[in-house]
Amino acid sequence: MEKSQLTRSEPDEYGHWGKFGGRYVPETLVAPLEELTKEFLRARHDNDFWQELNQLLRDYAGRPTPLFYARRLTAHAGGAQIYLKREDLLHTGAHKINNALGQVLLARRMGKRRVIAETGAGQHGVATATVCALFGLRCIIYMGAEDERRQALNVFRMRLLGAEVITVHAGTRTLKDAINEAMRDWVTNVHDTYYLLGSALGPHPYPLMVREFQSVIGREAREQILSVSGKLPRALIACVGGGSNAIGLFHPFIADEEVRLIGVEAGGRGDSLGEHAARFHMDAKSGGGRIGALQGTMSHVLQDANGQIATTHSISAGLDYSAIGPEHAFLHDNRRAEYIRSSDSEALEGLELCARLEGIIPALETAHAFMPAIRIARELSRDDAIIVNLSGRGDKDVQLVADLKTR
Amino acid sequence: MSRIRETFASLKRAGRGGFIPFITAGDPDLATTERLLIELAAVGADIIEVGIPFSDPVADGGTIQRASERALRNGVTLRDVLTCVARAKQHIDVPIVLFSYFNPLLSFGGERLANDAKEAGVDAILVTDLIPEEAHAWTETLIQFELDPIFLVAPTTSDKRLKQIARQARGFIYAVSRTGVTGARDEMTNDAEALVKRVRSVSDLPVAVGFGISTAEQVRQVWNFADAAVIGSAIVREIEKFAGFPDLVNRVGQFARSLLESPETAKSHSSRD
Repeated sequence: MEKSQLTRSEPDEYGHWGKFGGRYVPETLVAPLEELTKEFLRARHDNDFWQELNQLLRDYAGRPTPLFYARRLTAHAGGAQIYLKREDLLHTGAHKINNALGQVLLARRMGKRRVIAETGAGQHGVATATVCALFGLRCIIYMGAEDERRQALNVFRMRLLGAEVITVHAGTRTLKDAINEAMRDWVTNVHDTYYLLGSALGPHPYPLMVREFQSVIGREAREQILSVSGKLPRALIACVGGGSNAIGLFHPFIADEEVRLIGVEAGGRGDSLGEHAARFHMDAKSGGGRIGALQGTMSHVLQDANGQIATTHSISAGLDYSAIGPEHAFLHDNRRAEYIRSSDSEALEGLELCARLEGIIPALETAHAFMPAIRIARELSRDDAIIVNLSGRGDKDVQLVADLKTR
Repeated sequence: MSRIRETFASLKRAGRGGFIPFITAGDPDLATTERLLIELAAVGADIIEVGIPFSDPVADGGTIQRASERALRNGVTLRDVLTCVARAKQHIDVPIVLFSYFNPLLSFGGERLANDAKEAGVDAILVTDLIPEEAHAWTETLIQFELDPIFLVAPTTSDKRLKQIARQARGFIYAVSRTGVTGARDEMTNDAEALVKRVRSVSDLPVAVGFGISTAEQVRQVWNFADAAVIGSAIVREIEKFAGFPDLVNRVGQFARSLLESPETAKSHSSRD
C-alpha cells in the first residue's frame, strides 16, 4: 500500500481501495457502469456542473448546514465540546439529498428519463423522489416489505412526490433485498434507466461518486470548526450503515492524522450473527471481519461459513445491512478510522437524550452515534472539540419509538 | 483439449447444435439433483450447468431465485454440491459446468475449490458476477487445475471488451441473449444473433446462448447461429411445478427431451460448416 493512497484515500482506475471495491457485477452492467464513470469524471472537472449543483444545494436543499455547539450535551458528558453537523436541517430531512442532487444532474446529462433507487429507512427514497419531481423524471423506488412496515411515513411521502414504490418481498425484506431488486431492474432496463444508488456502496464508480457528493459535509464542517475554535476537532463521529454520511464527514479530514475518525455500526440486540449489523464485530460468533463480494463490491460482509450472506438486525432500517462501503473497509484495515458499535437500546437512549437536552429528535440511525460520542467526549478535555454528524431527523421514527415505549 | 472443447468438436463433426440444461443444485433436494443429472444426460444433454445456490442472486429472475431459496432452506452447501456431482459422475460422462456467484466460491477458497471441483469431475466454472478485470488470479487458478473458466458476454459488451474476455475464456463463451435477468421469455430478440456474430469475429471458441430460452422452437433458432443453447429457468420451472411428485425426475426428463424433439433437430445447421 502506498502511503499516498492512504492519505488521499483515492481508488485506482477500477475503483479499488487496496483489495476492496472494484466491480463484481454481471457483464451486462459493465457498459452502463463505464458510461457512468466517464460522465462522472467529466462532471467532476466541469465548473458548470459544480455551479449548478452548488446552487441547488444552497437554494433548494438549504446548504450550508450549521455546525451547532450542543451546550447541554457537552455539559452532560463533562468533557470535550460536542458540535453537531446539522444535516437533519436539509430539505427532506437527511444528508441523502446531497447525493441525490448530484446524481440526478448526472442522469440528466446522460439523457436518462427513468430513475430507479433502493431505500432502507426511506430517506434516500424520499430524496430521490424529490429530485425526480424537481426535474420531471420518472421515479421507481424499491423498498423491502419489512422496511415499509417500520417506515410507513416515508412510503407515503415518496408516493406524494409522484414516485412508484415497489415492495420487495424476497429474502430478508430489507435494504439488501431492495438493492438486489434495483440491480435486476437496471440490468433489464439499462438503456433508458439511471440507477441512483444511495450509499457509498455498490460497483465502481458509486462508492467514489457518492463520497464525492457527500464530502460537502466534511468540507463545511472543517471550515466551520476552524473558524469557531481555531483548531481541528479531536474526533469525528458518525453512524455507518453503507457509510455515506460517515465518509462524507470523514473524507476531507483523512489527511489530518490527529483527527480520530469513528464510525458507529448497529450493534442490534445481540452478538450472534444475525442479531446485529456490525461488519467489523470480530469475535467468533459475531461473524464480522470476513471479506466478501456483495452487490457489486468487495468489502467486509456479514456471512455464514458457506459464503451465504447473513441476515442482520437493527432497530434502524438505514443501518440494517450486511456489508459496508469499500472505502470504510480500507480505512478500517489500515487503521485510519475506528469502528465501534451501539446497540438498539443505546440508540433509543441517545435519541431521547438528544431530544431532551438539545431539543432535536435525531433519526434512529443517527441516534446510534450519541452514546459513543458522550463516552469519547468524557475522555477529552474541555478545550477539545468533537463533531457528531447529525445525519438525519427523527420525524420518520416517532411512531416506531412510541410503539416501543408503550410495549 | 478440454472435455468441453472435445464435446463441441464432436457436435461440430455431427453437425448438431448443443443442448445445455441448467439446474440449481439442491432443488428440491440433493438426491433428486443427482438423479436429475443422470436423467438429463440420458435424454441428450451435451453439457450440464449446475447452479450453486446463493442468498442474493442479483442476475436471476424469480424462477431461479426461488430454486436457490429452496436449496438454501435445505442447508445445501458448496461442499454438498461437489459431493453430489461426484456421485452423479460415477454414472455419466457429460461435462459439468458450475454456475455460481462469486461469494460462496471466495468463502470456500479459490485453490481449494479448484482442486476439489476437479476431483469431483467438474469441467468448468462460470461466475456470474466476476468480470475479467477482477478475475485474473481466479482464471489462473482454474487453468492450473485444468478447469475451463467460462465468461459471459452481453449485448451491451463492447468489441474491445469482447476481445479482452475472449483472451481469458476457455471452453466456450456464454452469450447472454438479452439485457436482463434469467427467466423464460416468449420471444427471442435479434440481439443474440448480432452478439454471436461479434463474438465470432474475435474468437474461435464455441458460443452458447442462454437467458430466456424456453421452447423447442427457440432452441432451433439458436442453433441456426450459435453452437449450443442453454435452457435454465424453463427446466427449473418444471422442477418447481412437480416438486413432491414421485415421478418428478421422469417429468423433467420428458420436458428436456421435448425441447430437442422436432423434425428440425436432426437436420444439420448450415451456418457454420
